[in-house]
Amino acid sequence: DASGDFSKNNTCKLTFLVTDWRPSYYLFLYFLLFYSSDKDIIYICPFNAAVKGKVFITNYRLYFKNTDSTPVTLDVPLGVISRVEKMGGASSRGENSYGLEITCKDMRNLRFALKQEGHSRRDIFEIIFKYAFPLSHGMQLFAFLSQEKYEENGWNVYEAMEEYRRQVLPNSEWRVTFINKNYELCDTYPTILVVPYKATDEDLRRVAAFRSRCRIPVLSWFHKENHAVIMRCSQPLVGMSGKRNKDDERYLDLIREANGTTKLTIYDARPNVNAVANKATGGGYEGDDAYQNAELVFLDIHNIHVMRESLKKLKDIVYPNVEESHWLSSLESTHWLEHIKLVLSGAIQVADKVSSGSSVVVHCSDGWDRTAQLTSLAMLMLDSYYRTLRGFQVLLEKEWISFGHKFASRIGHGDKNHADQDRSPIFLQFIDCVWQMTKQFPTAFEFNERLLVVILDHLYSCRFGTFLYNCESARESNNVRGKTVSLWSFVNSDTSLYINPFFTPESSRVLYPVASMRHLELWVTYYIRWNPRILHQQQSPVEQRYKELLALRDQYLKKLEELQLSDSTHLTNSSTPNAATPNQHITHLQTPF
Amino acid sequence: MLSLGSGGAKSTKPSFVSYVTPEEIKSEKDPPKQEKHPDLLPGEVEFCSANPILKYTQDDLSQRGVFGTLFCTNFRVTFISDEKPQEKTDKTFKNKLYGENDIPLMCVDHIYGVYDEKRKLITGGLVKNKYPSKMIIHCKDLRVFQFSLTFSKEEDAKKIFQGIAHHCLEEKSLKCVFAFSYMGTPSPEMQWKQETVMFDSPEDWTQEMKRTKANCRLVTENENFELSQRLPKYFVIPLTIGDLFSYQGKGLPIWCWSHYSGCALFKASFPPVTQEDGDFQKHLDTMINAVAHNHLYSVKTEDLSESLPNIQDIQQSYNKFKQFFLIENSTDFWLSDVKWFSSLESSGWLDIIRQCLQKAVEVVECLEKDNTNVLITEEEGTDLCCVISSLAQIMLDPYYRTLMGFQSLVQKEWVAGCHAFLDRCNHLHQKDKEYHSPVFLLFLECVWQLVHQHSPAFQFSETYLTVLSDSVHVPVFSTFLFNSSHHRESVMKAESPLAQSGPLSCPTVWDWSVQFDSKAQNFFFNPLYLEKVKHDRAVRKPHKPKHQRNLSLPSTAFKTPPKKGFFKDETDSLKKMLRVKRLSRWRGSPDAPAATTREFFESWQHRPLDYHGLLLPCLDGPAVHIWMQRYLRWIPEVYILGGGSVAVMTKLMELLSQVQDLKRVLEQRDSSQAAKLDHRPYFQHRLLSFDSSGRLSSSFPFAYTCYRSFKPIIPTGLMQSLMVTDSLASQEDEASSVVSFV
Repeated sequence: DASGDFSKNNTCKLTFLVTDWRPSYYLFLYFLLFYSSDKDIIYICPFNAAVKGKVFITNYRLYFKNTDSTPVTLDVPLGVISRVEKMGGASSRGENSYGLEITCKDMRNLRFALKQEGHSRRDIFEIIFKYAFPLSHGMQLFAFLSQEKYEENGWNVYEAMEEYRRQVLPNSEWRVTFINKNYELCDTYPTILVVPYKATDEDLRRVAAFRSRCRIPVLSWFHKENHAVIMRCSQPLVGMSGKRNKDDERYLDLIREANGTTKLTIYDARPNVNAVANKATGGGYEGDDAYQNAELVFLDIHNIHVMRESLKKLKDIVYPNVEESHWLSSLESTHWLEHIKLVLSGAIQVADKVSSGSSVVVHCSDGWDRTAQLTSLAMLMLDSYYRTLRGFQVLLEKEWISFGHKFASRIGHGDKNHADQDRSPIFLQFIDCVWQMTKQFPTAFEFNERLLVVILDHLYSCRFGTFLYNCESARESNNVRGKTVSLWSFVNSDTSLYINPFFTPESSRVLYPVASMRHLELWVTYYIRWNPRILHQQQSPVEQRYKELLALRDQYLKKLEELQLSDSTHLTNSSTPNAATPNQHITHLQTPF
Repeated sequence: MLSLGSGGAKSTKPSFVSYVTPEEIKSEKDPPKQEKHPDLLPGEVEFCSANPILKYTQDDLSQRGVFGTLFCTNFRVTFISDEKPQEKTDKTFKNKLYGENDIPLMCVDHIYGVYDEKRKLITGGLVKNKYPSKMIIHCKDLRVFQFSLTFSKEEDAKKIFQGIAHHCLEEKSLKCVFAFSYMGTPSPEMQWKQETVMFDSPEDWTQEMKRTKANCRLVTENENFELSQRLPKYFVIPLTIGDLFSYQGKGLPIWCWSHYSGCALFKASFPPVTQEDGDFQKHLDTMINAVAHNHLYSVKTEDLSESLPNIQDIQQSYNKFKQFFLIENSTDFWLSDVKWFSSLESSGWLDIIRQCLQKAVEVVECLEKDNTNVLITEEEGTDLCCVISSLAQIMLDPYYRTLMGFQSLVQKEWVAGCHAFLDRCNHLHQKDKEYHSPVFLLFLECVWQLVHQHSPAFQFSETYLTVLSDSVHVPVFSTFLFNSSHHRESVMKAESPLAQSGPLSCPTVWDWSVQFDSKAQNFFFNPLYLEKVKHDRAVRKPHKPKHQRNLSLPSTAFKTPPKKGFFKDETDSLKKMLRVKRLSRWRGSPDAPAATTREFFESWQHRPLDYHGLLLPCLDGPAVHIWMQRYLRWIPEVYILGGGSVAVMTKLMELLSQVQDLKRVLEQRDSSQAAKLDHRPYFQHRLLSFDSSGRLSSSFPFAYTCYRSFKPIIPTGLMQSLMVTDSLASQEDEASSVVSFV
């Protein structure tokens, strides 16, 4: 299912492209063909040995089609490429030792073998290198070139004011402030912020001075019944000397007071030692003396570098071959699931605290990685709206995109610097946590696994503007809304693909997943999806059966309806009580749905 | 007598919080003094009891519990709470023989005593002197009970402790097993008997041969066990075997199943070891020759004792494995959570499951792809031979994936096939550990993997398998009580005159109505099962023969095993004997044994999946799972309230019953026309509708514990293993100071 959505829409066009590639067609398709191999290239498929075929490269993708009998096609958006290397030199001996190695961001590597004659390798390498990393070559990302049109406009999915109104905000305790409308208070925050009613804009400015990158505590979520809130921010600038800031202390107390919480809980996502170490660089955490009405809890989640290494280890044991002899201990040694467990249990603690009526403040160092994970997961647990297809999009737009998770730095869109230390799979880890929750609560989410995979595919593809840039202000100055298409335009144009048939709305329910290794499992259908040996059922048997039954039920209902219609036409002899029974049945049957 | 002090003195210094303080108990207990007694089964006798005993709730470390009376009978250890029974008696899935606070004596695995804060395994010696302050019982169905003995009178406490220890741990004779005292009335509807083939009559075997179109010979000479006491009463052998008595009951190739191509699967114990090597070799040759003659003179042999773990390995591995699920408190749970995966791996249990499935796939490949006969051998021929042959049959024959087919298979291969259940399950607490091994459980584990991977192919559910694995330790059924057919017959014959006049009323486990009412039995059926529309139900639908069966082929058609190294190449003598030159079909094929089965699996995987055809398991690391329902059902920490696969199944069931209601209404209306809309036989009466009003937990239908509060369970000891030692952990998130080079 290599970017399955894509093949669905464009496979037919692409085969067209392969057979007949006169320039006019590319323009029509909004893609430009830059390269097509006239000679066969060998794709060294790790699962089927070497496959001969042709390679086509457009400004969006690399496409490979077999010319020999093994049916293999590759359809790789250039955006997923993190690194291109030449392998083998002029002196290389041995079959297929001379060619290209492409490392991808989506858990696979591709190897092509080329003939040494001519300059075929140089040509293909240069083209890939240029168009996979357009930003490094002074060019635009593909999202700005694509002219796709959809009925839906995904940019309208999230309107901050609308979402706050849904949460019954503003109200007597919380106000909306436009202090950041020109990103003057904090350049990585959105323009609209919700803050304690009693805090003046002047207060906010003074607090900003004491918070890393001016990311002051602002409201993420409001509990309609008990009025407890989730606030997010960055670390306080305590530093080695243990600086205090009266305004910050008072501000946190205002948060506590808003619903009469006796003790505000501050969740510092980091391990204790890291928080301490941060003092050396001017950061730190809220000390007991300074914040007397608050308790501080460390959630022990590691930093972006640890997560990056963990995923790297995971890739090593699943690609190309699944580690066989010691699968479980290998899996354990990657610590990937253990990190998932920590993130989830952190979010459980946040959600539990809030649902018991206490307000919480969540931060890590800068408040855009672990903080986003924790607040959005806690919100997913607390608020069933975010478990709908639309609500989940709003959650991502709000907690991740508008509050400045640094997608550009973490993913490295269009950037050749594959070893950049800023890259980290924080968002992937979050989506994995969501997946774990959908596994544990298969009826609680309106969307299905496919949506999660599509989101991750387009996190890298650069086809849509949704995940581009680090923050709102950068998006605004580059006119992302005006010049690119939103991923949600694409998704919402055919929602049927992403609907979980088992979804049962339960509005007031808090979902607490079990954050135990007993229940956490590797997301095989994402991480090992390239391996044909792992059973990939297109649809789970339960889902398939359920859909069959739904169709059967509709068929029966229709038949009954028809019968009733014919009954009513023969109304004269319908004095039998029988006629009433099916009627009752229908009403009875329809109620649960 | 004992310096530990009387119960009264003890009760003043409890170090725990309980629902009811001991003082309250005293005052409350005296006036009503109404004795509670368990509802005894027919034939059940009470041995001893003690009150008050505190049964700890498993929830957490707070050491809370419920007071009540602990009894020991000839059937079970049972605890009856002093509190009024809670209003949760409408449990849909209730075992009629034993409840949540009952432990059948046979089900007790280990008893631990806590003496002065120290936990000791109770063995014979410890029983005599002191009794512990706390008794912990680990059950074979993985429940854990903890009782405090400090509140009742010293004599009572001592008596109950010694009684339980005696009846659960001491070696006893078979006649003491409750089954011989049980006098339950046989179920009126003998439905199970009509459908489950017991393989205790020549007709059953003839029928089975007919069903699979086998061309073999039914042996009735062992009717009175004159050939051997280790052989089944009736069995089937290749046609060419002559004098049966020369075998001394050993090394006879016993027919298991025939493939539609004509080749068949046989199993055998090792031939008798005699003084001369030549005899052994000759015997082996005859054996292999006889099997080869069954079809196209081709045979592959496999000595399972060489390629699979032996029964002691299996026992050891399972002993390690089960420890991870016998959780006594939350702290233990979270501590073991940290190294969960590597712990599992270190037990090797999943790997043994994988090896067995792998071996079965190899057998299947020989039968299905190469159409050669297969002979599997093993010392006794009744342990791993049963596992592998049953698994191969389930993969090949959809009949065995139905509930009745499966039960018949267990009868054929295991019960009639003389698996030594009594020794392997150690029902009599024999000290000699050499013979104990959970071989049958291993088989069920493997079946569960298949069910888990290919659910729509099986008529039975995982709940059925879980219940079956529990039933092995319920001392009421004759099914798992004997070592062989001969053993069964001799015991039953000897017993029947004693027990009044009629025959011993010892039900078979397949009479599920003994344990569950029909509503509960609905849980045994898999709602996903896709029944095949068949005309004749009993007979397997004849496959289209892909390979032309050509019986007139001369010996040049002898097939060589395509694999090297794995299926043991036939002994040289066989080659000599058949005087056929070996051909190697796989030039330069890797010697790695798994390589060709891998190919076999992949080619199967590329074909569209037919749930009524050949079924193969995926055996890659991530594909082999833990039987969560069986192992995690009693651990409150892992209950997902309103979640798990139960949530989806409930939805499916609801929809299914709606569709059936609709269908019925339509049929009623159309009855005059007798138009049937859908011929697919939904199991009409088996349909269950869960009570969806209450939110079910993921451990449904086994979770007896009252529904937990909405408080989440927050893991403890999180950082234990996550000692990220490298410099990454201490690095700044923003690498602004780090200059990165391309």
